Amino acid sequence: MSGGVDSAVAAARARDAGHDVTGVHLALARNPQTFRTGARGCCTLEDSRDARRAADVIGIPFYVWDMAEEFHDSVVDDFVNEYAAGRTPNPCLRCNEKIKFTAVLDRAVALGFDAVVTGHHARLGADGLLRRSVDLPKDQSYVLAVLTRAQLDRAIFPLGDSTKEQVRAEAAERGLAVADKPDSHDICFISDGDTRGFLESRLGSAPGDIVDGRTGERLGTHNGAYGFTIGQRKGLDLRVPAADGRPRYVLSITPVSNTVTVGPREDLAVDVVTADRPIWHAASDTTDCEVQLRAHGEVVGASVSVTGETLVATLKSPARGVAAGQAIVAYRPDPGGDIVLGSATITAGARAESHA
Amino acid sequence: MAYLDHAATTPMLPAALDAYVAAARELGNPSSLHAAGRGARRLVEESRERVAAVLGARPSEVVFTGGGTEADNLAAKGIFWARRDADPRKRRVVASAVEHHAVLDAVEWLGRHEGADVTLQPVDAAGRVDPAEFAELVRAHGDEIAVVSVQWANNEVGTVQPVTELAAIAAGAGVPFHTDAVQAVGQVPVDFAGSGAAALTLTGHKVGGPVGVGALLLGRDVPCTPLLHGGGQERDVRSGTLDTPGVVAFATAVEAAVTEREEHTARVAALRDDLVGRVRAAIPDAILNGDPDGRLPGNAHFSFPGCEGDALLLLLDAQGIYCSTGSACSAGVAQPSHVLLAMGADDGRARSSLRFSLGHDSTKADVDALLVALPGAVERARRAGAWKTPR
Repeated sequence: MSGGVDSAVAAARARDAGHDVTGVHLALARNPQTFRTGARGCCTLEDSRDARRAADVIGIPFYVWDMAEEFHDSVVDDFVNEYAAGRTPNPCLRCNEKIKFTAVLDRAVALGFDAVVTGHHARLGADGLLRRSVDLPKDQSYVLAVLTRAQLDRAIFPLGDSTKEQVRAEAAERGLAVADKPDSHDICFISDGDTRGFLESRLGSAPGDIVDGRTGERLGTHNGAYGFTIGQRKGLDLRVPAADGRPRYVLSITPVSNTVTVGPREDLAVDVVTADRPIWHAASDTTDCEVQLRAHGEVVGASVSVTGETLVATLKSPARGVAAGQAIVAYRPDPGGDIVLGSATITAGARAESHA
Repeated sequence: MAYLDHAATTPMLPAALDAYVAAARELGNPSSLHAAGRGARRLVEESRERVAAVLGARPSEVVFTGGGTEADNLAAKGIFWARRDADPRKRRVVASAVEHHAVLDAVEWLGRHEGADVTLQPVDAAGRVDPAEFAELVRAHGDEIAVVSVQWANNEVGTVQPVTELAAIAAGAGVPFHTDAVQAVGQVPVDFAGSGAAALTLTGHKVGGPVGVGALLLGRDVPCTPLLHGGGQERDVRSGTLDTPGVVAFATAVEAAVTEREEHTARVAALRDDLVGRVRAAIPDAILNGDPDGRLPGNAHFSFPGCEGDALLLLLDAQGIYCSTGSACSAGVAQPSHVLLAMGADDGRARSSLRFSLGHDSTKADVDALLVALPGAVERARRAGAWKTPR
């Protein structure tokens, strides 16, 4: 129970469904004072009090579990290391994988609980299939697709059939004071929302070149390649305009040479995506489906094949802004909510020869 | 339901509750001069006399406060300020390393904000301050010490300190000695005059009185600067309109706890000994913390190796067994007990502890219920603790 409206209503629904529910708030900051102090996060003392108060109203026991070390090791350090390696991590996904459905779940099961209930917006019904929420803009199946079959078997997502608006209305009806609490958007462990500043404080300044992807020409310098994300256009601070006068985008980041490569928008397009560490639920290793390549990103048709530890997706139309480190999640369209077939961590995007 | 957390708070005695309700029906501010005020004043002063009588104090030495934390802060800060102001060399504050946070944090605050030199007196493996070591400290620094604070009995592990001996050593050097007797009153004999202490803290809700009322017994000649300024009630040391019904109920409870102490503690100690014996039989590697003999009659405090105290607490809570890890929380996160760490326990043992504390309404059925739930809870908590060990 983060102290937000979703987990509060999820807990209440789980209780109403007849489960014996205990509320758990995760203390994730080594030093709580260093985390966000506003009302928008999920890691402050105020959020902890909101969660406790919600548990009181629902009428369930409530405990704070100290997961600060695990969170730091598995999520914060991973976040920094991934950027340092030129990849773009998704810390919320990592937190679901390593904290909520590993550290918390393992401890809970050992203590005699059967499942972890969260307020994620995703559907997980009796058929055991993970599906998108009815509220597509709020759908969080993308950051849950990393869960294994065993983890999903111990997960309950009571909110997937409701819109966020319905959840808020229900919270108000239940007398939960968090009904109107603003959503959290930013990364919870970066208190001021300044990701680049956070990375710079961890990784230091590392000046390097920004080069043109087609000509190899040096266009400018940067203070740390980790500050860039594939597809990024703003903040390049290039002094030399492009020959065609059009905007340039980050095409790739090469940590070894500490180089950021830029080019025109069309050079961002990829139609073959390679990924590793697949979690695959579908019966067949090869399937035609839809793939999503980043959180809240567009969905494209693809032919996906999984071989051992590698997933390759051949896209039916090119996608842009495909960053290594992000997840590729495969969905099968379904009227009852698009079904998650599996996911993997993107290692590379490429342009097929035929298009070159 | 088995309530084994009397050291946190204990149910109000029916007599105290009745006294509270009766007094709360009456009108009057004890500081008012008219008849209604005089009626309230009379209730307060009678209460003061009752408290003084059973604790070996003079009525004028009883300063009513809003509870134990306030009394501890008043003693530590107030005596420090008054003594340092009179003599700038007196900047040292001595407290035992196992004090309740009401003393410990007040003393550390004096160190950070008031330039105090803080000495935390170490304890032995049983949690006891060594009088010889303390005497050495007083010999070396007696003329610098503004105030000493050593609890009468520890709130976590129940160890009773050699208060009379320590107070005599302090008095020999002219140093005021404060003792937090919140856990001791009604559990062990407490005599203010006989102890030689300059100041003594007690509170209502640990002895069957209401929460939010306590007292500092403060010797007439002990200088003390107020924390709260205002109307000058309570000897000009503690301002604020007196809580007449609270004070009356407090006095009723203190009087009952002290006069019925021997009978009460004989019964509770027998229950506690039964609890300790059965816990040890059921969980052979459980470690009894604290002094095996010189401890509070209602206190049993164990470490359960391989368990986390808060996991055990959760599991027992789910079965209607109420106990405590005994240690403070920081941001809701259980911290390893500073008391156990001071006693030389390692971090694991300090985190694996649980306190069971018995009180006036405890029964054998409570102990039985604990022993039904505890072995399974320990087994589960051990499994839950295993995920944290390196794989």
